[in-house]
Amino acid sequence: MPLVKAGRIVEDRFVRVVDDAPVPDGAAAILPAARFLADAHELVLRQAPIGVVWPNDRKVAELAPYLDWIALVALVFPNFRDGCAYSQARLLRERYHFRGELRATGQILRDQCLFLQRAGFDAFELTKAADAPAFVAAVQRYSVFYQPAADGRASTLTARLARVPQHSPS
Amino acid sequence: MYIYDDFDRTLVQERVREFGDQVNRRLSGELTEEEFKPLRLMNGVYLQLHAYMLRIAIPYGTLSSDQMRMLAHVARRYDRNYGHFTTRQNIQFNWIKLKELPDAMADLARAGLHGMQTSGNCVRNVTTDQWAGVAPDEIEDPRIWAELLRQHLTLHPEFSFLPRKFKVALTAAAHDRAAVKIHDIGLRMHRNGAGETGFEVIVGGGLGRTPFIGKTIKPFLPKRDLLSYVEAIMRTYNQYGRRDNIYKARMKILVHELGAEKFAGEVEEEWQSIKDGPLALDPAVVADIAARFRYPQYELLADNPSELARAREDNRFRLWLDNSVTNHKVAGYAIVTLSLKPEGGPPGDATAAQMDTIAELADRYSHGEIRVGHEQNLALPHVAQRDLPTLWRALDGIGVATPNVNLISDIIACPGLDYCSLANARSIPVAEEITRRFRDLDLARNVGPLHINISGCINACGHHHIGHIGILGVEKNGEEYYQVTLGGRADDSAELGTILGPAVPYAEIADVVEDIATAYLELRARPGELFVDTVQRVGVDPFRERVYAAR
Repeated sequence: MPLVKAGRIVEDRFVRVVDDAPVPDGAAAILPAARFLADAHELVLRQAPIGVVWPNDRKVAELAPYLDWIALVALVFPNFRDGCAYSQARLLRERYHFRGELRATGQILRDQCLFLQRAGFDAFELTKAADAPAFVAAVQRYSVFYQPAADGRASTLTARLARVPQHSPS
Repeated sequence: MYIYDDFDRTLVQERVREFGDQVNRRLSGELTEEEFKPLRLMNGVYLQLHAYMLRIAIPYGTLSSDQMRMLAHVARRYDRNYGHFTTRQNIQFNWIKLKELPDAMADLARAGLHGMQTSGNCVRNVTTDQWAGVAPDEIEDPRIWAELLRQHLTLHPEFSFLPRKFKVALTAAAHDRAAVKIHDIGLRMHRNGAGETGFEVIVGGGLGRTPFIGKTIKPFLPKRDLLSYVEAIMRTYNQYGRRDNIYKARMKILVHELGAEKFAGEVEEEWQSIKDGPLALDPAVVADIAARFRYPQYELLADNPSELARAREDNRFRLWLDNSVTNHKVAGYAIVTLSLKPEGGPPGDATAAQMDTIAELADRYSHGEIRVGHEQNLALPHVAQRDLPTLWRALDGIGVATPNVNLISDIIACPGLDYCSLANARSIPVAEEITRRFRDLDLARNVGPLHINISGCINACGHHHIGHIGILGVEKNGEEYYQVTLGGRADDSAELGTILGPAVPYAEIADVVEDIATAYLELRARPGELFVDTVQRVGVDPFRERVYAAR
C-alpha cells in the first residue's frame, strides 16, 4: 500500500502501534484513538512524533486540545463510498487549524485524491499500487473549483469577483 | 437562460475527460464494477435491465433550443431515437453502450449539457419551478439561486460521498410547483416585513419506502447566508447520517430520529461557525451570476389579440387553449405546456424528431427557450399570444398538443419493470391503459384536475405517495400487483396518500382507477370540488367501499 506525500511515493516513517503494544522509544508512532486518549498527557510530552488513528464516527472536537502536540492524524475510509472523514478533515484543518500531517487511510482510489486533497489531506495511503504514479495527474485534472475548501485553491466565488468590474456597466 | 462562462465550460470538459479515463480503466479491467459503480453513478450512468442508462441534468428545467437539438442528436446517434423526461428535470437515454458513453458525453458537453451528479450518493440536480422567470405569481427569479447552489454543490469535495442521494428544490412562487416539501432541502422564497426576500428552509422531506413531508427549520434565511446554511445542513448530515442501512440513510431518517428541533440546533451551531466565512455571498457575485441569465426582449403587446378570438371558434383549439396555456407575467404573452402524455403512450417520452421540431418552434415562437417540468411535460415559456393558433397546429402535428395537462391522463410514471432492475412491476403499460380509458376528453375534463402517480417499486421514483391517486407496483407470489393510495398532494398543503385497501392484480388496476373516478363524480359536493378536496372531506372509506364491493 504505497504512501504518497507531496505527489511522491515516500517511506512511512511512522510505526503503527496496535492495541496495547508498547510505544517504541524514539520512533515516530501512530496510536489508536482510545489508546492515545487514555495516555494523552504523557504521550504529548514524548520527544518522537506521535500520530493518532481517528475513527470516522467520533467527533474530532475531542482531539482538539491535543492537536498542537500531534504530528499526524490518520482518518479512516472504511470503504470508498463512506465519505464521513471528508468532513472530519475539513474541521481539523479549517476549524481547529491542525497543521500536521493529515493522512487518508482505508479504501482510497485515485479518483478521490482531488476531493481528499481539497478537504485538507496531504498524505494518502492508496489501496492500489497503480494509483500512486497516477496521483499527480489525478489531482491536476481540474482547473476550476466552484467552492472554497481546505486546500487554498481559488474558487469561482473569488475568481468571479475579480472580474466583476468588467461585467458591471449594465 | 443561464449562459455558461469559461469556468463552467472548462469544468464540464474536464469532467468529460476524467470520465473517459474512468470508462477506459473499467473496460481494461483496471477498475472493478464495484469500484466503477460510484464513479459512473456520479456521471449519471446506471446499469439497467437491458443496457446502460444515461441521465442528463437539465438544471432548473431550462433548456435552449440548441441543447434540445443536441439531445435529439444523442437520441439518434447513441440511442433508439427517443429520450425520456423524468420527474426531476432530467432526461434519460436507455440504450447507450458503455464504450460510446464518453463520446456521447463529449457531444453533450459542446452544448453545455452533462450528467454530473444526476445519480449516486451526492447532491442531485437542483430543481425549481418550471415556470421560473415567467410566472406571474413569483417574487423573483429563483433560478439565480438555483444556479448558485448548483455551482456550489458541483464536485463539492466534502459532499460527494454522502450516506445517500441528496435532493434540493427551490421555489419563489406563491404556488409551489417544485414540490419543495418532499426534498432533502426545500427552499421557499418569501418577502419579510422589511421588504427583503429570503428563504424558508425545509428539511427532511422525501418519498421512497419511508415517506416524510419536510419540516421548516428556518422561517427566513437572508440571501447572503444561503450557501453557508446549506453547507451546515450537509455537514451535519454527512457526519451523522446513517451509513449502516441503505434504507435508513436518507437525511429524512436523521431528521426524524433526532427530531426536527434537535437537528435544527445541530445545524445552527455548525452554521454559526461558518456563516461569516468565505461562503457569505457577496452581492457582486450574485450580480455576476444574475447577469449571465438572459431574458427575452418582449414586445409591447396586449392580452387577447384578435388572432386568438378568431381561432377560439375552432373547438379543438379552444380545448387546448383552455387546458395547456397559462398566464405569463408579461402582457400579450403566454406559457404553453407541451403534453408528453399522448393516449396510449409512455409518459415523458419524446422522439428525436419531436425534439428537433420543438427546438425549431422554440426558436420561432419562444425566444429559443424550452422548459422541463417535474410532471414530465415540456413548456415553451415566452409565446406571444397572437402566435398561439399557428404554434398549436405545429404542436398538434407532432402529437404534443393533447389537451390533458393536469387531467387524469397526465400521468407521472417511473420507467418500471420495462427498464428498471429495481422494479417489481410495470408502470408504463398501466399508464398507457389509463390514458386509453380516459381518451374521452369530456369525461377527463368532467373529472377535472387529478394527478395519478405510478411507481414500479417502493423506491417511489413515480412519487406515488403524493399522487392524488397513487399507484405502487408490488410483487405477490411472482405476480404484478398494485397498491392504491388516495389524497396525496405535493402542493402547499403537501400530504401523503392513504392506502385504499388490498393490492389488486395488473389486469384490474385500470378498472380500479375508473371506479375511483366514478365514485368521485358521485361523491363530490359540486362540479368544481377538486378530487383531492373531496377525498379530504369524505375520507377514503366511501371510495374503498365502491372499489372493493365488486371485488
